[in-house]
Amino acid sequence: MSDFLLDVRNLHSSYGQIEVLGGVSLHVTEGEIVSLIGANGAGKSTTLMSISQVVQPRSGDVRFAGESILGLRPDEVIRRGLVQVPEGRRVFPRMTVLENLMMGAYLRNDTAGVEHDLGKVYELFSVLKERGSQIAGTLSGGEQQMLAIGRALLSKPRLLMMDEPSMGIAPILVSRIFAAIRQLNSEGLTVLLVEQNARAALGLSARGYVLETGAIQFEGPSSELLSDPRIQSAYLGD
Amino acid sequence: MLDFEVFTQQLITGLSNGMIIALIAIGYTMVYGIIELINFAHGDVFMLGAFLALTLLGALGMEAWGPSGQVFGVALMLIGSAVFCGGLNWSLDRLAYRSLRKSSKLSLLVSAIGCSFVCMNLGLFWGGAPMEVFSNGNSAAAPKHFPAIIPQINLLGDGFLRITPADLLVFTVTIPLMVGLTIMVKRTRLGRAMRAVAQDPTAASLMGIPVDRVIGATFFIGGALGGFASVIYSLYNNTIGFQMGTRAGLDAFTAAVLGGIGSLPGAVLGGLTIGCVRSMSDQYLETRWTNTIVFCILVLILIFRPNGLLGKTRKEKV
Repeated sequence: MSDFLLDVRNLHSSYGQIEVLGGVSLHVTEGEIVSLIGANGAGKSTTLMSISQVVQPRSGDVRFAGESILGLRPDEVIRRGLVQVPEGRRVFPRMTVLENLMMGAYLRNDTAGVEHDLGKVYELFSVLKERGSQIAGTLSGGEQQMLAIGRALLSKPRLLMMDEPSMGIAPILVSRIFAAIRQLNSEGLTVLLVEQNARAALGLSARGYVLETGAIQFEGPSSELLSDPRIQSAYLGD
Repeated sequence: MLDFEVFTQQLITGLSNGMIIALIAIGYTMVYGIIELINFAHGDVFMLGAFLALTLLGALGMEAWGPSGQVFGVALMLIGSAVFCGGLNWSLDRLAYRSLRKSSKLSLLVSAIGCSFVCMNLGLFWGGAPMEVFSNGNSAAAPKHFPAIIPQINLLGDGFLRITPADLLVFTVTIPLMVGLTIMVKRTRLGRAMRAVAQDPTAASLMGIPVDRVIGATFFIGGALGGFASVIYSLYNNTIGFQMGTRAGLDAFTAAVLGGIGSLPGAVLGGLTIGCVRSMSDQYLETRWTNTIVFCILVLILIFRPNGLLGKTRKEKV
């Protein structure tokens, strides 16, 4: 069982009286890209926030690298290498691009390591280097997404959870961001990709989960999900 | 007719009072910037700082200390009131505000008004003790004389214009504090965390920033500035009372709104403006109109320029 890098078991979460997750179970093995798809309001973001411990799950367990992280503070989760790129980018709008990137390294003391990782982020998204002193709120949506990913990479993730990186972004930039995700994965980063753009996500991942009203309805290799007629009609627009 | 010397004198007084108002206004603006709460108790925390200073002054018998001892005494009161007010403000957040973080802004605001009443009545109960030294048979509610332990001489010699050591004290305390605060917010790790929490608390927690601790630190710093302000206010004006927080608080709140709530330079600009408006109104209109004028400024700004002079008009791409 503990071969999984991330192992989510029967997770329940609610906002006030409203149950949003009614027993979500999923796992991610080191080195994988796994996608989690589903409609608006299915609970995808709540799943990620519950894994990050920003939302306190009501029951169930979240295990990372073999240990339960349930009830830890969000900063302790990040220190273990479980990092999230939140939905809607959420860059700090009145800070510069460089200040935003350095916020990702907030918990780190290894200056040399941070410099090294910053260089790698600049290699991946050279626009972030060119615009280092620009105020982040004035970047385009796609550039903000690159910034959000770069900022998360400076937190030194073992597993990066990305919440809808394609949302509201020009198609040309979506393919650049997906290419970056593939490249990061080939360099050893494990990725849990949450997407409404199911075709693109399943095209990138080896396995996928389909979330409907707070529970996993389908799971399996991405190629099987892509050819499943039920998923095709509901999520792939065929 | 405008007498130039009278005008200049009022300007000096206005700027001195304005710096004190600015220091209190920073406390409002910092807390508003980070959790969008007008901390109505802030003025009363300021008042309790003045009471602590008077208590220290009386209990230690500072009036009898020599000139160099009194310099030490002023420093002691400044540090004592700053730590006390910072701690008190931090406690208000911890006890009254933190559990309401996810409630509506209105619950938080009403809670702040409640804290204001509690602090004011603590001041009434305390009375700026020790009573046997300062009450002169008056009730605890009566305004207290705050002994002028810094010399009241004119540093400009025998001319009409007066600049006193108290004026000097105001500027030597407030300016370094404001410069230090600006550097802290821009350069330090805590300052960066404060800005991040102010801009997006959820994203900040995803960076591993301990959001509640950063908010607590903001309350402490804002309260401590109010503590510094309370001591120099007391030494400058020589009268304190349990209701002083309400007026000083409203002046400072107006200053913060005038400058643009959430903006540090705005709070300083607003404070200096309100200080000067007050002293000019005292001189050229009548003292009894001064509060009315300050309130009119507040109302006019809220109607015509709610973002204030230096406030941010939010223009962000999504």
